[in-house]
Amino acid sequence: MGRPSFLLLATRYSLLANLIMAEAFKFELVSPERLLVSEQVESVVIPGAEGEMTVMAQHAPVMTTIKPGVVAIKAASGKEDRYVVFGGFADILPSGCTLLAESAVHVNDIDRADLARRIQDAREDAADAKDDVARSRAEQFLSQLTTLEAALLPA
Amino acid sequence: MASLKDLRNRIASVKATQKITKAMQMVAAAKLRRAQEAAEAARPYSERMGAVLANITQAIGGGGDAPALMTGTGKDDVHLLIVCTAERGLCGGFNSQIARLARDHIRRLLADGKQVKIICVGKKGFDILRRDYASLILERVDLREVKTLGFVNADAIARKVIHLFNEGSFDICTLFYSQFKSVISQIPTAQQIIPAGQASATAETDNGAGGAVYEYEPEPGEILSDLIPRNIAVQIFRALLENAAGEMGAKMSAMDNATRNAGDMINKLSITYNRQRQAQITKELIEIISGAEAL
Repeated sequence: MGRPSFLLLATRYSLLANLIMAEAFKFELVSPERLLVSEQVESVVIPGAEGEMTVMAQHAPVMTTIKPGVVAIKAASGKEDRYVVFGGFADILPSGCTLLAESAVHVNDIDRADLARRIQDAREDAADAKDDVARSRAEQFLSQLTTLEAALLPA
Repeated sequence: MASLKDLRNRIASVKATQKITKAMQMVAAAKLRRAQEAAEAARPYSERMGAVLANITQAIGGGGDAPALMTGTGKDDVHLLIVCTAERGLCGGFNSQIARLARDHIRRLLADGKQVKIICVGKKGFDILRRDYASLILERVDLREVKTLGFVNADAIARKVIHLFNEGSFDICTLFYSQFKSVISQIPTAQQIIPAGQASATAETDNGAGGAVYEYEPEPGEILSDLIPRNIAVQIFRALLENAAGEMGAKMSAMDNATRNAGDMINKLSITYNRQRQAQITKELIEIISGAEAL
């Protein structure tokens, strides 16, 4: 009888470990060019249009636009990764989370010249805006970009 | 009758051409693989985009706050055609097939009394359409300098199109490109992208939530008005990628044909050459013999 009870104990311990380690869920980061990340993760911080949010397993279904910012991923293996995204969407379900980014780069690969160019573009857009709605949108985008730049600078 | 020297020269030149076409075929094969990989890598995004779009359309339920890009202007008087072709030739009927489809479409629209505007992506389509419809062409997008097709290229085109739409310069926008079926078959396709209509909305909703109620941040209508322009860029991007793969596929089979034709030609020329050489030897022998007999 010794062996079966040992097995039972082992499963019980692994269940317990699961509870402590927090449940993992499937996260996908997709840019138009390719699938950047597709793995089991513990939590993801998403720069939502209405504020940053941390997504964990069993999250209520939410769909949100995202603003330019940093996506921080904590993988199930404990590895942490950060990506810079420039706008897009997040589709969150209890079973997983899909991030459709307009463009996404790994924090280590971020190109400062490219960022500066985007800010310049946004500035021109804001200056060229015809009506108030377009202008306020362009200015909002610009401020998000500059915040992002400031956040990345010390890194 | 060509002389022996002429024949030798011709054989040499056909051989040189064959070497070139053979090299082009191999280059196209390598590029095709890369283009196919790019098209494959872009698939997840457009698939997920379709699912998200379907989801939101459902949430709105065809309400009145759907953006104009989706419902259209309610008219179909002015048509904008985006004709995507390759920048380079030597790829069989690839470019002319797309141009022919576009031309048929234009002719039908004009016969119905509609107004037509054209944006050409790629030089070859522009060259063909310019002959008949130069006055209808608004713009020509040049992708000649582009080494690897990026989303930015498609996004720039989409921006132009949306800008035109917001100005009210057209009612319906159709995209012409070649669907990449396989290396030997590319199907020229016309796809309406504005208004998006219900075509994209009928995509299956596999959200795994079992119809759970979604929370939207911000409002669904606002998300949708952000999403639709992006979706147009995605559609254009996909068309460009399919085109790139199709072009290389067509080029590969065209160059394969050319290489084989050159081989046939060399065989035929060699036979004529050998026969003529033989004839000359015989003639010389006859001259010697009859000369000896005359003595």
